[in-house]
Amino acid sequence: MTPALELAVARQIGEFELDVAFTVESGVSVLFGPSGAGKSLTLALIAGLMRPDAGTIAINGHVVTDCSRGTYVTTQKRRIGMVFQDGLLLPHRSALDNVALAVRQASGRRARRALARAWLERVGAEGFADRRPGSLSGGQRQRVALARGLAGDPALVLLDEPLSALDSAVRRELRSLIRGVIVSSGVPAVLVTHDPEEAEELGDVIIAYNHGRVTGRRVVERPECPAPPPGGPESTGPV
Amino acid sequence: MPSASAGGPGEHRTSVIGLVPRSWLNALGIPPWVWSPLSVSLHAAFEATIVVALVGSALGFLLAKGRFPGRDAIETVCSLPMALPPTVVGWYLLTQMGGPGPIRNAELRLFGHPLTFTFNGIVVAQIIESFPYCLRFSRAAIAGVDPRFEQAARAMGLSRWRTALLVTVPLARRGLVAGVAMAFGRALGDFGATMIVAGSVPLATTMPIALYEAVFYGSHEQAMVLALVQLALAFAILFGVSGLGKVRPW
Repeated sequence: MTPALELAVARQIGEFELDVAFTVESGVSVLFGPSGAGKSLTLALIAGLMRPDAGTIAINGHVVTDCSRGTYVTTQKRRIGMVFQDGLLLPHRSALDNVALAVRQASGRRARRALARAWLERVGAEGFADRRPGSLSGGQRQRVALARGLAGDPALVLLDEPLSALDSAVRRELRSLIRGVIVSSGVPAVLVTHDPEEAEELGDVIIAYNHGRVTGRRVVERPECPAPPPGGPESTGPV
Repeated sequence: MPSASAGGPGEHRTSVIGLVPRSWLNALGIPPWVWSPLSVSLHAAFEATIVVALVGSALGFLLAKGRFPGRDAIETVCSLPMALPPTVVGWYLLTQMGGPGPIRNAELRLFGHPLTFTFNGIVVAQIIESFPYCLRFSRAAIAGVDPRFEQAARAMGLSRWRTALLVTVPLARRGLVAGVAMAFGRALGDFGATMIVAGSVPLATTMPIALYEAVFYGSHEQAMVLALVQLALAFAILFGVSGLGKVRPW
């Protein structure tokens, strides 16, 4: 089976040197480590928001970065979904529009909005579909951001500390939602966190980072996989 | 009164103010002899602003986002009219547009006559004078958009063009609109460059030039009315711009 992500990259930024290599299969892989270890930089390289100095990145077997051959697929063509720390929802668009803009697999505004609405229902955000991000709480914004990250039928979803800006009660609530939605969607995910509890609860695999290096890899033992919520979309997205 | 004409030397082609009912102008207390310079000023400023808004905003975007050699040189050259006395700008325009050379040849090919001392000459002078304002406002507005929103949009699969149209421009719109408004105000108020390029030609006299003539010929009451109308226009423009700053952007 082709790994969802194969990565071996190096990047120097000032004194800091990132040099990591790992593969990601299905499920949620957590990049765990202290701040400044290079986790978010790795996500930026996978997303194509930055270029490595050397190395290769392949998503679902498709090489998107190969420095030796000069291959570089632009971010918008990588078929990734991304959930940022502070959501980064477009402030001049409604929650529904934010998600609908990310829908790649449907043509026509009505079809895109229908898919977007299904994803908002999936993350429990249907009640504020028509509201703009400025009027939403942090937890509500991250629900919409999660729907947006998954709505485009991505080959891989990247989550950059999606819960770190939230208070502890909301974090606990959203952890199970994030894991449940991602696992049931069938989209492989790479999640960055420096919170050990979060890493254990969200990850199937934990990849430990320190000083720009991978220092360990561990499979998290789980008694059973959570069942997808009833009425939710299939693995390719809601219909 | 301004009238529709072919746009030849000394006249402007349509009357913007002709769209406004005369009763409204009377109700505002604007006497009929002000209508012609007011019409010329508004019409020329509208035309100049359309050109400046399109070219200035696009160039502002390129300067804010592009990474190419000579960016600073381009911005400096385009901004020179802000630092130069308008009469100097007017003199350069007069010598380039009115003297022999490729620019005059192009004018003859396109318009059949030189643009100096015509309504179109006024528009050209106002474009040059107001361009830097739109350029600088739009560059600052575009550069002020948090690039992470654009990264998020690209991660959503939006192309660079769609990102620019759906994310960057809407987020920068207050600055862009303010730049266009400032350019319009600058065009409307230009005196030095317009005076040298177009002079005071009948039916192509702007408000500032009409005011200068009124003072020159000792018509102080007329000067006062012309100054009041321009004061009201400037106030309306600046009030509109400051209002934009208070409107919730989203």
